[in-house]
Order: sequence, then structure tokens, then C-alpha cells
Amino acid sequence: MSFTQAHLLGIEHLHPSEITALLDLADQYVDLGRGQHKHSDALQGLTQVNMFFENSTRTQASFELAGKRLGADVMNMAMQASSIKKGETLIDTAMTLNAMHPDLLVVRHPHSGAVDLLAQKVNCAVLNAGDGRHEHPTQALLDALTIRRAKGRLHRLSIAICGDIAHSRVARSNIMLLGKMENRVRLIGPPTLMPSQINEFGCEVFEDMREGLKDVDVVMMLRLQKERMDGGFIPSEREYYHRYGLDAEKLSYAKPDAIVMHPGPMNRGVEIDGDIADDINRSVIQEQVEMGVAVRMAAMDLLARNRRSRPKGVMV
Amino acid sequence: MTIRFINARLIDPETGDDTLGELAVSSGVIIANSTQDADNTDNRFRGETSDAETIVDCMGKCLAPGIIDIGVKVCEPGERHKESYRSAGRAAAAGGVTTMVTRPDTSPAIDSPEVLEFARRRANEAAPVNVLVMAALTKGRMGREMTEIGFLQDAGAVAFTDCDHVIRDTKVYSRALTYARSLGALVIAHVQEPILSAGAAVTSGKFASLRGLPGVSPMAERMGLDRDIALVEMTGVRYHVDQITTARALPALERAKANGLDITAGVSIHHLTLNELDVADYRTFFKVKPPLRSEDDRLAVIEALADGTIDLISSMHTPQDEESKRLPFEEAASGAVAMETLLPAAMRLIHNEHMDLPTLWRALSLAPAKRLGLASGRLSVGAPADLVLFDPDAPFIMDRFKLHSKSKNTPFDGARMQGKVISTYVAGQPVFESE
Repeated sequence: MSFTQAHLLGIEHLHPSEITALLDLADQYVDLGRGQHKHSDALQGLTQVNMFFENSTRTQASFELAGKRLGADVMNMAMQASSIKKGETLIDTAMTLNAMHPDLLVVRHPHSGAVDLLAQKVNCAVLNAGDGRHEHPTQALLDALTIRRAKGRLHRLSIAICGDIAHSRVARSNIMLLGKMENRVRLIGPPTLMPSQINEFGCEVFEDMREGLKDVDVVMMLRLQKERMDGGFIPSEREYYHRYGLDAEKLSYAKPDAIVMHPGPMNRGVEIDGDIADDINRSVIQEQVEMGVAVRMAAMDLLARNRRSRPKGVMV
Repeated sequence: MTIRFINARLIDPETGDDTLGELAVSSGVIIANSTQDADNTDNRFRGETSDAETIVDCMGKCLAPGIIDIGVKVCEPGERHKESYRSAGRAAAAGGVTTMVTRPDTSPAIDSPEVLEFARRRANEAAPVNVLVMAALTKGRMGREMTEIGFLQDAGAVAFTDCDHVIRDTKVYSRALTYARSLGALVIAHVQEPILSAGAAVTSGKFASLRGLPGVSPMAERMGLDRDIALVEMTGVRYHVDQITTARALPALERAKANGLDITAGVSIHHLTLNELDVADYRTFFKVKPPLRSEDDRLAVIEALADGTIDLISSMHTPQDEESKRLPFEEAASGAVAMETLLPAAMRLIHNEHMDLPTLWRALSLAPAKRLGLASGRLSVGAPADLVLFDPDAPFIMDRFKLHSKSKNTPFDGARMQGKVISTYVAGQPVFESE
């Protein structure tokens, strides 16, 4: 089965074979990015709009670069600054966009489900660049590509996701993707930062980090999202670092060749020790950024192909 | 004029009977019921058919007391574009609701005799069914100062409620309850621990975690109920809780009743027929307050309704316009229109064999009538002739644009349903007849 989606709204709707197809294509785009001529014409003539209702530098830059490398006309719209302050609803925004005839729409929104809602109302392929606490599919895909390239496979691995799971869309998308590809997923964090009944997602949950890290192949750290804290989830940053910050001692419980990942931006000294983050033998954090561009190129290329192969004017 | 309903399947919540028979009504009241007074029946039903007599052949369909719906939101004053007394009244008639008991969560709130007077006048002018008006318990439903409970009662308020606002200040609340008790007023409350439930859009659990939506523990309902039960015990007020929707709140309710407190409980039709998974991909028409619960909770609440621990069913009719609903789930308004879907939705409890029709009608008409001290909700001789004739099995696919409500926010749009109202009578007069 090849990639058949009209939008990329979440990992939840993807079939494992679609994930593999996307990662295979992304591998080719990694080579393109490393060559002298970093350009393809896959999105030639198409318009890509990046609509960010929430601050983002890295993800937006990654999508922008991905679109430009594929030859699309890319436009960035910082939505916090403009219309929502004037009381325009998301549906109004969708109507305005339709009039501009974009082909690819990249959306980040602070509310879970907002990107799904927008996708129902616009006539173009929509990519979810993060919605509330719900999903962040391209992050999970770039993590998967990073793991596959570092470990040589994306199945039967033991992977620990550590930190603020409750507020993390990255964690949700990764739990789903890694589960679909038949890996063992362990979640590590204080109970106040765990979503309710998360054990029913087929994960093992650990409150003790050393126990959770025992013999894992991959350690994924999450950012402690200070801006999401209503206050009172953890006693203090220093206690958090003591119990859940990744340092050499805690990492020694994982397999000797375990890799360390982080979606960025990092809080050094809060969730991760600076030396670990910079250790080129363990940390693949730089690779993750590189894979991000390749995965987003692959996702947009596949969605554009599906769009071309559909009869014009048919909404899916 | 006399109307004789013949070949009727009479659903009597008082006796628990479900039998074929005849019913006669005249001057707005039931004057004969063939299943109740066999002696009289001979005279009443075998007499000469006078000119002024109309015969309605029910063809074996169900004839039951009209539904008495406690907690209907009509958006007058303030938001008439969402629902007026006229549109709500027509929706009620079409749904077999013969008495709407309306909520004070309008804007402004119905918290003074003057606003109450306005609402009652509009209701009398425009609504074809009986309308009883509730008033706020505190001014502006702000939870700070009690309203003029005495004046409001004199002006016709049948109960006092701040609707979905929970009074946080227990001192203010206990004084309001004490004062209400001195007047014998009925207080209706919404039970949710207000701080724990702040900001929640769904019930916490696997579904909330999957969708990344802020959830509230179902325990918040029990905490709210526990506090209120203590206050009822302390003040002796007549008390009704609008919606009990979780299994964990039921033992406390049972204990309070066993201890002789004057407490009754309701549940919305949505919590009886839908669960949290129906929200699916962020469908905002399924956003209600309190949020939809787990399937285990739904089944426990149905059982409690069947055994009488929960007394009555409300539609919790809450009109919202498209703009309030076409938003990301967290931002979207809560509530659903429900008067017209109440009867077919409730039929799901019958078709799934959770209870029989007289038991269902105890919750839809008799129990609310008793709680409000009304003579209606019964099929006995002398009771008001507020009746609904319906086909319990007729199948149809719900189309929200066919609703009489001005707002079309029903979660049942496109749903396969069974149960259609054929006609509705208020005080012996037809107020709705299906085409």
C-alpha cells in the first residue's frame, strides 16, 4: 500500500505501510539535502502557506525550507499577530484562504482538533504542524527516521519517552507511531505530568527514571513546557532535574549504544544535562533537525502527488 | 367539547400499566379512563355520541401524559436569535413536551421579579404549551448575593437555580438555602467541584488523553454532590440536582435519600444515550455540560433511573447558534437542543430493553410533576388533559434542519432513531399534529 492520505493531520490515521513509504522517500531527500544541488521541482508551481497560530521558529523554518527545496512558492502567515486578535474565527480564516488557492497548508494551532476543523473547510492538503496537546505528526515521523537510520530498523526497539507527557503532542504522536511499528514504548515522568489512563495506550509507565531507562535502545527527552504549566505540576525545576533530568549516571541504565533524542528547544540543566546533549556518540539531536526537513519534503511531496491524481474540485 | 381517544395503548406511570383502553377528555381535564374506573366507563363510553364529541382513533399507538421538561433554556431575554418562546414552544409541542420549565441563564439572568414578569408574558403570548419559569438563586448567577426569593416566588418562579454555575462560596450558598427553606422553595443545583472542573472540555480518561483535550475527573461530580448533601442536611431545603451522570455519585445519592433528605435527582437525555466516544473527531455538537461520560457510567445511570434512584429525565435543551459551535472543541459553546429528540432518544432505552414504557414515563412526566407539585403527568380522572400520542417504533433518520428550534445543534443529526410523536394535546387542545 502506498501513501493515500489527502491530509497529514495525525499519526492516528496512518497505516504502517504509509509510514514506511513516507520514510523511504524522506531517505532520498536526505541525500538531496546533503548534495551540492539541493533543489527539486516536485512542488513546482504550487503554493504553500504556513499558518502559525502559535509561536514557532524551528518547525516553521523547517517547513519553509522543505517547501523551497521542492520549488513551491512559500508564504508565512503569523496568525497571532493578525486576524484572531480582530475576532475572526477559524472558519472565516479558512474561507479567506480558499480564495488564495493554496495547494498545501501547514497549520499550527494552540487548540487540539483545530487543524482537523480547518481541514474540513479548505480546498487544499493540510499538514498538522502541531495542534494543542493532540498531535505533531511530522515530529514523530522525523524521530522515526532518525531512529531508523541510527538503529537500522524501526521495530522491536525499546524506547523511553521521558518528561512532560501530559502537555506534549510530540509524545502522543510518537506513542502512536512507535506502537504502530511494533516497538515497546515506556513513559517516564512524575504522575502529575502523565495523561490519565495512558497505560491503556499499550505503554509501560514508570515514575522511577532509572527503572524506566533500564536496557532501552532509545531515550527521547521532552521539553518541560514551562509556558504550559498552570503552576504546581512539579515542586521545582531543581527537584525535577534531580529526579527526571537526563545525566550520565541515569543514562548508564540504558543500553550502552542507546541514542538520546530531544525535539528541541532544550532546557539544559532542567530536563537534560548539557554534556549529554552535546555528546556526539550518544546524542542525535542535530540529526533530528536534518531529518525534519527531509520528512517534511516527503510529506508535502506525497500529499501533492495525491492531490494531482484526484479529479479537480473533489474534496476528500 | 369532548375528545374520546379510542384504541389507545395507555401508558400510565402512576399505576405502571401499559394496556389498551380509552380515554375521554373535556374542558381541559381527563374525565374518563377505561382502565381505571370500570364502573364509570360504561356510562362515559357507551353513551350517545354527542355532536360536540370528537373521536380520535389511536390505532393501538401509545397515549401517555405529556412530558414535563425541567431545565429548558429559552434564550429570551437576550439571545432571541437562538431560541424564542415561540420557537421553543413549537419545538416542545412537536416533541411531546406539554410543560417546559425554563432556565434563568438568560442575559440578563432571570433574577428579579421584573425580568421574570417579562419572561412569563412572552411565554403566555407565544408558546402553545405550558411554561413554568425558574429564577436564579443568586443575583446575576454570580454566587454572591441571594435573589429576592420571596418576591420571585410570588411572581411565579417554580424553582431557584443558578443553572451550570456552582456557588463557590459555601457561606453564601448555605444562607440562600436556609432562606429558600423558610419559603418552602425548591432549589435546583448543578454539582461539579468548580475548581477541579475549571477549563475541562471532556471527561478525563483514555479518550481525553488520545484527543489531547483538557479533562475533568468524574469524581468532581461526587465532590460537588457530597458538599450539597451536607448543606441539604444542614438547612433542610427542598433540593433537586439537575444531572447525575456518573456511577461514583450514585451511592451518596442513595444514602441521602435513605436518610430522609428532601432530595431528588435528574439526568439529561444525552448522558443516557451517548458516551464520551461520540465526540469522535472533535464534534462540538456533542459538547455538553457536564461532559459526556464513559459507557460504564452511562449504563450505571440508566440502571439508577430504572430503579428510581435518579428520579427524572430532562432534555437540558440548550440552543446554540452555528457560530458558537463551529470552533475548536475547547472554545466551542456547550449544550444541545433536545426537546424534539427527547422522545425518540428515550425510546432507545425501551428498544434496548433497559426499562418499560410506564417506568420511562415516570421519569418523563410523573416524577417532575410531583417534584413541582403539579396535577399533570398522570392519566387519572381529573388530571389536566396534557397528552402525547406517539408511535414508539416508527423509524426515521434525524435531519437537524427539520427541527422547529431556531438553533439546530443536535448531536442526533443523521442518527437512526425510532419513535415519533403523532400529536400533542395541552389542556385538551391539539398543539401539534404530525403530517
